[in-house]
Amino acid sequence: MKRPFKDVEHLIRLAALFAAGLLVFAVARAELVPEDFGKYGHYRAGAIDDAAAWPRSYAGRARCTECHDDVVTAAAPAKHKVIGCETCHGALLKHADNPEVAVAKADGPVLCLRCHAANTGKPAHQPTVVAKDHSDEDTCVSCHKAHDPRTDQE
Amino acid sequence: MDTTRRDFLMVGTKLLVMTAATASALEHVMAGTPDAVTTYSTAEHWWAMLIDVEKCIGGGQCVRACKIENDVVDEPMYFRTWVERYHVNMSDPDHPVVDSPDGGIDGFTEKYADGDGKTFFVPKMCNHCADSPCTQVCPVGATFCTNDGVVLVDKDYCVGCRYCVQACPYGCRYLDPRTHTADKCTLCYHRLTRGMIPACCEVCPTGARQIADLKNPTDPIHEYLRTHKIQVLKPQMATGAKVYYNGLDGAVR
Repeated sequence: MKRPFKDVEHLIRLAALFAAGLLVFAVARAELVPEDFGKYGHYRAGAIDDAAAWPRSYAGRARCTECHDDVVTAAAPAKHKVIGCETCHGALLKHADNPEVAVAKADGPVLCLRCHAANTGKPAHQPTVVAKDHSDEDTCVSCHKAHDPRTDQE
Repeated sequence: MDTTRRDFLMVGTKLLVMTAATASALEHVMAGTPDAVTTYSTAEHWWAMLIDVEKCIGGGQCVRACKIENDVVDEPMYFRTWVERYHVNMSDPDHPVVDSPDGGIDGFTEKYADGDGKTFFVPKMCNHCADSPCTQVCPVGATFCTNDGVVLVDKDYCVGCRYCVQACPYGCRYLDPRTHTADKCTLCYHRLTRGMIPACCEVCPTGARQIADLKNPTDPIHEYLRTHKIQVLKPQMATGAKVYYNGLDGAVR
């Protein structure tokens, strides 16, 4: 029988090599690419769960209110009512999960002046003072209560 | 295999009346671990951020909270969010002077005099772009925009090539030297998925930063966007940026 092509051995060798390469690629790909890659797009779907699993540090205002609603009530008539508890008191999820975890004392004047020190960059409606002109040596809390800083009450 | 009538009815009822999410929630409750139940669905959200420049007082509370909540590296001092101080001299408004000492983490000391040009603070962060250049250049599929509109990095997949760091027009990415992978703001995805607001929004004393869900019809963002003059950063880049600025000066880059 006459064969359609002459000297096909080298083609067969090449095809075998190609097939072997393909097999190696297929096996390596199946082995290396995670199952959930490409589920939603060109990325690993599990990465979303990884990001969501990051531990939290800040408890959130609602969580603080569960136990400390008296403080929230005290601040309610004052401008400071809009400020999150952890803005001044720091990240407190550990304390919220276990009330025995101590809370560091808020650093008085430094804390107040972060928002209330006079600075040209601050918007005009922000109440600011030049500390040494405003109170000399006295600390802020000798006149103002942190949660309700109004001085014209009582 | 023994399938009792009870089993059959349970499975049948689950298939009939429950979605996959509620079925998995029921399993957690039956197993005595109701805390593991997640009711969050990515299809129901499209996250954005609103930043009111006119309310920012440059106290740096957001920068500190972000550092703590997300364990952002201190050495070198990188930021996922930072505050810039712009000073525009009226005789040369095209060249504003910008400074951000340590990202504004300890606030800003007085540097300018009253009446000498104008000075204001601009908080910056990842814009969680809908058509983000940073996700397009990633050669390995390690960074992506989720279905709920948050741009994330897969630390297991990132090879640390830094293409995305260069691609971001807003300078919001860095290479974390501890993991040698790209890192950036996650919009506190671990808080959003638990129904909480990002740490920076939680601690902002003036409400200058507001998280917004554009897919939630009751979110006040819709009314806000309709009634205010809103700008995004570098709109000419067509990145689909989703950090909306109110009161943004033209000098801001």
